[in-house]
Amino acid sequence: MQQPPSSEPIVSLRDVQKSFGPLLVLDGVSFAVERGEVLALIGRSGSGKSTALRCIDRFEKVDGGEIVVCGHRVDRPDVDLRALRQDVGIVFQSYNLFPHLTIEQNITLAPCAVKGLAASQAKDLARKVLAQVGLEEKLHAYPEQLSGGQQQRAAIARSLAMQPKVMLFDEVTSALDPELTAEVLKVIEQLAADGMTMVMVTHEMGFAKGIADRIVFMHRGKVHETGPASILTTPTTPELTQFVGTGNLKS
Amino acid sequence: MGGHLNINHLMFLGQGALWTIGLSVIALIGGGIVGFAIALARISPLKSVRIASAVYVQLIQGTPLLVILFLGYFGLAAIGLKVSSLTAAGASLTLYVAAYLGEIWRGCIQSVPKPQWEAAEGLALSRIQRMMKVILPQAIRIATPPTVGFMVQIVKNTSLASVVGFVELMRSGQIVNNSLFEPFAIYAIIAVTYFAMCYPLSLFSQKLERRMGRGRSNLAPA
Repeated sequence: MQQPPSSEPIVSLRDVQKSFGPLLVLDGVSFAVERGEVLALIGRSGSGKSTALRCIDRFEKVDGGEIVVCGHRVDRPDVDLRALRQDVGIVFQSYNLFPHLTIEQNITLAPCAVKGLAASQAKDLARKVLAQVGLEEKLHAYPEQLSGGQQQRAAIARSLAMQPKVMLFDEVTSALDPELTAEVLKVIEQLAADGMTMVMVTHEMGFAKGIADRIVFMHRGKVHETGPASILTTPTTPELTQFVGTGNLKS
Repeated sequence: MGGHLNINHLMFLGQGALWTIGLSVIALIGGGIVGFAIALARISPLKSVRIASAVYVQLIQGTPLLVILFLGYFGLAAIGLKVSSLTAAGASLTLYVAAYLGEIWRGCIQSVPKPQWEAAEGLALSRIQRMMKVILPQAIRIATPPTVGFMVQIVKNTSLASVVGFVELMRSGQIVNNSLFEPFAIYAIIAVTYFAMCYPLSLFSQKLERRMGRGRSNLAPA
């Protein structure tokens, strides 16, 4: 797949529509993510932020509009899903490590099966990405032997091993207590510092403020307010004001 | 009539018991292979394949095995195919077992949590790779206890093959009884023999279930 010119955004959504039955969840959503940018999608439950994220990796098919990700026309029915998913890494709220495989096998599975990497190279790669998330010693452990935070870091490592051009994080800390959340956020911060392009759905307002280059606040299936992280401190719409207010109470 | 139960009668019953085991093995291997295909067809992305396999399962599950056996034996003869009773019984049981195992296994495959499928998709694995490396290894663990449990049913159901003249344990008992006319003694021996074949399987199934129960936390992410 051809590299888009550097001026092109890595991810762009234009006027995206999506309904689940009679329920309109995305009502003309547009935003773009530049190379190396960290974009935080925030909003209430049901605002459509997770759906928007899942549309980027085509876990949901859109009803209308245009989505371009690393040059792939994701909205088209003939999009090459396997090529798309080699360029996009996704990390889920529930980690979704494969329970029957060790952490090393979880990480090496896709590079070997999809990219045809030799077993020895894949093992080196597993060690490298586990070092990135601070879990080298868990190479031969099974997922159930790890804490939630460790499992999530291993899931991030598994995703990194495919060397994606953009990473999607879908509420990756929502199942974790504050201490474990902190260790996962630290890993994500390091990725951001290393220049990884990222789109994250998050409820951690403090974290979004600290790490995001841009905030997209979604409300009732629309992008309601967007701007640099400072909009969280000085929101212009009453909805974001209220949302940030409740978020601050929570943290 | 023909004297008393002797070693020759018991040898004959023993031979019948071996054929019961043989027919069970044929039914399980044949039914296992076809059943695996049915399980995959039931979750195929192609709607026509899903419907065809669902119709097959419904038809077989809604028909008594006895009728399937008669259809296999006399039906094939009626269209000019002369088949042995072993072939007819083996083929009928294969079709029967396939429908049930296919349905059991479909349920097991689908009980692997959906996020596991999505995680595998997100890593760009092909459909076959997702199935072989992520879903099936987990589904097999779920499927083992009900599969072994179903094997007990098969061993007992092979007794119906006696109606198409296949000399397995049940039929050999009938033959011995025809010469001795000691039905209670003979059918008691047959009952005990079936039990001796089935009970170890039941025990094995229970043991597996207990072991799987302990490992259940392995199946779904915490």
